[in-house]
Amino acid sequence: MHAEAAFWLEEIRKLPPLQARLMEVCGTHTMSIARAGLKTLLPPGVELLSGPGCPVCVTASEQIDAALTLAMEPRLILACYGDMLRVPGSVPGDSLQRRRAQGARVELVYSPLDAVGLAAKNPDKEVVFLGVGFETTAPGTAAAVLAAREQGVKNFSVWSMLKTVEPALRALLAQKDVSVQAFLCPGHVATIIGAEGFRFLPEEYGLPAVVGGFEPAEILRALYLLLRQLSEGRAALENAYPRAVRAQGNQLARAMLERCLRARRDCWRGLGEIENSGLGLREELAAFDAEKKFGVSTPSAKQTTACRCGDVICGRCRPGDCPLFGAKCTPEDPVGPCMVSSEGACAAAYQYQTV
Amino acid sequence: MDELITLDYGSGGKKTARLIEEYIVPAFENPALRALGDGALLSGAEKLVFSTDSFVVDPIFFPGGDIGRLAVCGTVNDLCMGGGTPKYLSCALILEEGLPLRDLERVLASMRAAADEAGVQIVTGDTKVVERGRGDKIYVNTAGVGFLEHPGLCPDAIRPGDAVLVSGTIGDHGTAIMLARSGMLQSDLCSDCAPLGALCEAMFETGAAIRVLRDPTRGGVATTLCEFVEGRSFGIELQEEALPLRGEVQAACALLGLDPLYCANEGKLLCVVAPEDAERLLAAMRRRPEGKDAVCIGTVTERYPGRLTLQTAPGGSRMLQKLSGAQLPRIC
Repeated sequence: MHAEAAFWLEEIRKLPPLQARLMEVCGTHTMSIARAGLKTLLPPGVELLSGPGCPVCVTASEQIDAALTLAMEPRLILACYGDMLRVPGSVPGDSLQRRRAQGARVELVYSPLDAVGLAAKNPDKEVVFLGVGFETTAPGTAAAVLAAREQGVKNFSVWSMLKTVEPALRALLAQKDVSVQAFLCPGHVATIIGAEGFRFLPEEYGLPAVVGGFEPAEILRALYLLLRQLSEGRAALENAYPRAVRAQGNQLARAMLERCLRARRDCWRGLGEIENSGLGLREELAAFDAEKKFGVSTPSAKQTTACRCGDVICGRCRPGDCPLFGAKCTPEDPVGPCMVSSEGACAAAYQYQTV
Repeated sequence: MDELITLDYGSGGKKTARLIEEYIVPAFENPALRALGDGALLSGAEKLVFSTDSFVVDPIFFPGGDIGRLAVCGTVNDLCMGGGTPKYLSCALILEEGLPLRDLERVLASMRAAADEAGVQIVTGDTKVVERGRGDKIYVNTAGVGFLEHPGLCPDAIRPGDAVLVSGTIGDHGTAIMLARSGMLQSDLCSDCAPLGALCEAMFETGAAIRVLRDPTRGGVATTLCEFVEGRSFGIELQEEALPLRGEVQAACALLGLDPLYCANEGKLLCVVAPEDAERLLAAMRRRPEGKDAVCIGTVTERYPGRLTLQTAPGGSRMLQKLSGAQLPRIC
């Protein structure tokens, strides 16, 4: 056993027993916890819940549907991260992967800048990058837009589905049926916005908040700090990921974000419309805004399945509580995004089932 | 909605299994195919092992190998895993209009070198050329026959208590290809692409009670081990800390969002062996260059029948599933 992980586990076990529901709001935490089997190691009474931390999962199915439609435009190349490829829209089975098999040109990229390169290489095509993610990926998306402008790549645009974490956590905490005692805060997002970005949790909601890293030992350390606060009846902000996260975050990235993106109302799966929770391109970058360029509209879709992804994202239920989990909904034939995103809570629960 | 072939059907995971079990096997139904070994066992004057494999790798030249070496090693290794001594290969080429002849020459020279290394001859073949855009540079199919020397290798022979061995570091080939494809990371990591006949021979010479051999190519170590336990009365328990992983593979997989347990290997084998023979067999494997990092990674147990489980490094425990579709790079 890793010595450091063993140490923090021992510290956790020394704390007085308590009943606590802790929520992580980062898909990478969700996966890391499941991969290392950490849930099997925690004392009984301590429950880990996954919150709205997987960017693909929180994207509303209407937006996925609209992306599927856009992908079929002739002379268009849709560039996206690998996570998006298998995500179903409102019709199970329909996905960018299927659209690709039907003739759409969908290209996977590692970075939004690769999509700018793709546009430069294909001057007779329009390249649209699907900008999905939280504050972590927003600066990179902004950098790509600026690079395209600088290089005069006019056939590149971004469809921003970018979202910010704070409004979603506030919306989540306003829900009466959601019960969480403390937050394991996302290390990646905090790298950009700073640990201070989560101070509202202890100060306004009286909830312990600890920014955590992603190695099993780092997660256990953050969980220990959360449980210690709970057992001492305190609520404070602590940074357990100091090797990457500063109090004020990454100033350069924040400035980039500020320069290119503006807050706007956005729709979240499970949480609905939330004011100022999305990031759209600023007016002066309209030439690179796919929504304007292609008149993208997101028609409202009726949910036709029993999928409970929306409830899973809010911690109202666990993946296994969904009637479709593992039977009608599997990573091979997903009904909801949480089963197919590489950061989804259902994918983690299915792929890394504990024994 | 009509099912379409998507890239997932070629991943070597669950969708590939569905394609084989629901479409291909029923269409050709016969006992040699139904056994679904790496190679088919044929009876006649000589007992033969027969196998085929197609190669469409992109890029066609990659660190540690190329499509030609891969095409020879892939089929040779399938024959070895079936207990055969590989003898003859065929080579069918599908070439895209516009392929530089010097690239073809390079691939053919590499096939010849790999064939010499593996002790096989390429004795028959075919070529087709398709219009530009209707293929991707070069596709290679090889089929091979070998003499069956070691019959009875099969997951059904596995017993509780047996040891699970791997011949070296895992995930090297898949990770090297992903790195070459992404073009964003510099690394010395090479594909492990190699013929395994000599290693197998050294293993059989020990007289160890080898239950089954399999080369964990597409789908990786986890998918192959899942196939061993599926529907059977035993399970396999892996120790995460015992898994031999190169630092580069670990780091690249973390960056690219891949799991080395599901990354392809092209020069490694998995072996289940009686526990009392495990150490002796490992010692013999380690005397060969392609087996120098051989190690025991788990045991066969009755605890979770039909399941592959992993004892994680921090001490947790979880199940491992077959690969469900191609591994994809992720957001962050």
